[in-house]
Amino acid sequence: MSRRINFRRLGVLVIVLALFAAACGDDDDTTTTTAAAGGEFTPGPLGAVTVAPGASIEIRALQAISGEVSFLGTDQVRGMELAIQDYGDVLGHSVNLGTPEDDLCSAEGGQAGAQAIVAQDGVVGVVGTTCSGAGAAAAPIFDAAGMVLISGSNTSPSLTSDLAGTAGENWYPGYYRTAHNDLFQGATAARFAFEELGLTTAVAVHDGDPYTQGLADAFANAFTELGGTVTIHAVNKGDTDMTGVLTNIAADGPQIVYFPIFQPEGDFIIQQQGGIAGLEDAVWMGADGLITDGFLALPETEGMYFSGPDLRFGTNASSTGTNYEQLVAAYTAAYGEAPTAAFHAHTYDATVLLLTKIQEVAVQDADGTLHIDRQALRDALYATSGFAGVTGTLSCDEFGDCGAQTISVIRNDDPTDVAAGKANVVYSFAPGA
Amino acid sequence: MASRALPKLRLNADGPTLAVEVFLFALRVLLIIFAAWAVVGTIAIQVEGGGLTGRAWRDLFVGGLAQGFMYGLIALGYSMVYGVLGFINFAHGEVFMAGSMTGFFVADALFDSGMWESAFPLAFVIVLLTAVVTSALVAVIIERVAYRPLRGAPRLIPLITSIGMSFFVQYAVKGLVGDGFKNYPQLPAGLQDRVSFLGLDIEGIKLFVIVTAIVSMVALWLFVERSKTGRAIRAVSEDKEIAALMGIDVNRTIVTTFAVGGAMAGVAGLLWAMLFRKVYFLTGFLPGIKAFTAAVLGGIGNLVGAMLGGVTLGLIETSGPTLLNGLAWKVPTLVAFGIGALGVVAAVIGVARFRQANPRTVGSALGMFVVGTAAAVWGFVVLPGAQVVIPGTSQLKDMIAFVVLIGVLMIRPIGLLGERLAVEERG
Repeated sequence: MSRRINFRRLGVLVIVLALFAAACGDDDDTTTTTAAAGGEFTPGPLGAVTVAPGASIEIRALQAISGEVSFLGTDQVRGMELAIQDYGDVLGHSVNLGTPEDDLCSAEGGQAGAQAIVAQDGVVGVVGTTCSGAGAAAAPIFDAAGMVLISGSNTSPSLTSDLAGTAGENWYPGYYRTAHNDLFQGATAARFAFEELGLTTAVAVHDGDPYTQGLADAFANAFTELGGTVTIHAVNKGDTDMTGVLTNIAADGPQIVYFPIFQPEGDFIIQQQGGIAGLEDAVWMGADGLITDGFLALPETEGMYFSGPDLRFGTNASSTGTNYEQLVAAYTAAYGEAPTAAFHAHTYDATVLLLTKIQEVAVQDADGTLHIDRQALRDALYATSGFAGVTGTLSCDEFGDCGAQTISVIRNDDPTDVAAGKANVVYSFAPGA
Repeated sequence: MASRALPKLRLNADGPTLAVEVFLFALRVLLIIFAAWAVVGTIAIQVEGGGLTGRAWRDLFVGGLAQGFMYGLIALGYSMVYGVLGFINFAHGEVFMAGSMTGFFVADALFDSGMWESAFPLAFVIVLLTAVVTSALVAVIIERVAYRPLRGAPRLIPLITSIGMSFFVQYAVKGLVGDGFKNYPQLPAGLQDRVSFLGLDIEGIKLFVIVTAIVSMVALWLFVERSKTGRAIRAVSEDKEIAALMGIDVNRTIVTTFAVGGAMAGVAGLLWAMLFRKVYFLTGFLPGIKAFTAAVLGGIGNLVGAMLGGVTLGLIETSGPTLLNGLAWKVPTLVAFGIGALGVVAAVIGVARFRQANPRTVGSALGMFVVGTAAAVWGFVVLPGAQVVIPGTSQLKDMIAFVVLIGVLMIRPIGLLGERLAVEERG
């Protein structure tokens, strides 16, 4: 018995020591930056970054740049590179991207990548992550380090808020995104199905991934709110035989099946539904994860609907003067191929936004030394309003949702012409407008 | 530190401890209770007019059969190799994938030439031959380079080698053809439609898969049971030394075994590709594991068992999640009280048996008491009107399949039909 109490005491002692050490660590950080800052500049509660004359401003990329999803992350790193190039120097300091860290599109990758970045000296902000799951793991680490994280492609509602004033479970201060919140996508898909198509019974299918689950839930909630009935079904990543789940879906008698999942499970569902009694008249709808050339080319996807971010950016021009057409031209010239995924423009905007805000809050000494206050940078980002981006006008809310949020629905009329299918927008909805 | 540990009541020198015995007994009972609840619940929901329609059950059944026969075809390869060499060839899933992948290139070429549409039966035979020959060849090559040099080694060595071989083949294929999905051409119109068979209106392709699988299995069975080579295989699996003394070329027989098992995997690979129309370098992994499960379920080393295990696994996989929905049946109070009463009886009997202090039954007696008490509490307190709604049951299909596997093996460790090619009359 007495031994146990000893252990408890020891545990308390360890925690106290750890807290003490952490507090000391913070102090150290602040004092060094203060010392370097000299005279007038006083850093805020999160400390500040000092950039010596002639030194670069350090920002970093945390994107999925390996494995099956590397086409997503690479696309976004390129968006960052083009943005840095277009933006040019910040108050006479060049901007250094360093080596992109890999978020592996997983929580583990997001955590490891974030830790690698916070261990580096003088990093002001990070653009990433590619995947919401990685973002959820990375956000607390960057928050603790006082940095900012801006994503061009995270869409999970849990990272920001429910849009009704309640923070999501993975929300941390210092997190922003220029991509849409999936609540908007789910709501738009539901609105389209209920109001445009006049359907009242639906099934939503997810694969257990936070992104697909969040989107399926968002759709289900919005559809129920509109007055429809909806049931949620689930598959596993790696499933091939969908007979069981399709039969159970058929038993619910849906007029529309919304399956915002990925390949290849999406392929198996759409290819096997033909053999299931009761699904003959169902309308099929996917989300941006399935808007890929391979999926749209499947003959079975003819007539299918897809929700996704509205990529018709038109002549929207970024504050750098670049519009989407010019961005794609620069992209193609620099990398020798057309953009490989959908979120390079959002990432471009995220990077320009970060650099603009750094420039806004930076205090410059007479010798050219820059002081970037971390808290001021966060505040400035939260205060973003009416910021011109390639993807539209960006305004951040208190939970870091900054995206233009316009969601569109496309219909794949001809699987032999994928490009036409992607451009065939049948519905578009901007919640703010 | 005086010894405060519970004195372990050892039943005999090698036997499990009391705690383990109680745990195992409780686990068995729990599995059976849940299975019964699910089945009864499903039937009750069905009777009450809810649940799936007859057509839906038919779709589940046919889908499960098609899936199961493919597992069975792959499982044959595991079983045959186990029967002859006594180890699990984990690279067998890759043999299956290799057939499927080669089949794709031929099918794609035939589709481009128009033959896939105009003369499908001929095209199918060509693709089937390609897949079968490739798979058989890959299996034979694996045996030659990876297993034969290890013939005398302990069984664990070739097992590890087979896992290595599995990775090697996967990534060799990835290197050769890339990591993207290969889409098989669409089937000709006739196979996509539903056809009427024995009064059942089922999908043409699934019927096609089932019939092809059955024909292949019967052919294999006749080969092993009736042909001279088949007899040699059986003899080698019985005892290699004696077989060699009888003038059987053991190495040749083993090669034949691998070739035949590989050929079956090739057939399965093509059927898989026809049904799911997608193949990539990791396609073989999961079906391989499942087929191995099927082989164990049916009794490893036993050919009929492999087929039966495959079909059982396929049926459980497709209909298991639906049966799990049966837990959503609101248990009527009468039934709940009945279970509670049974629990009380079981607990009382358990106590009575425990007091006899027979070391052989003390574990199960204690188990009966524990489970009986739990069931009584459960039946009287929790169960009346209880309803378990599990969201996303379809995600649990693999779990259900493996729980059933564990359940079967706990009750019958040698599998459904037993390990026939193993000990037997060797005595």
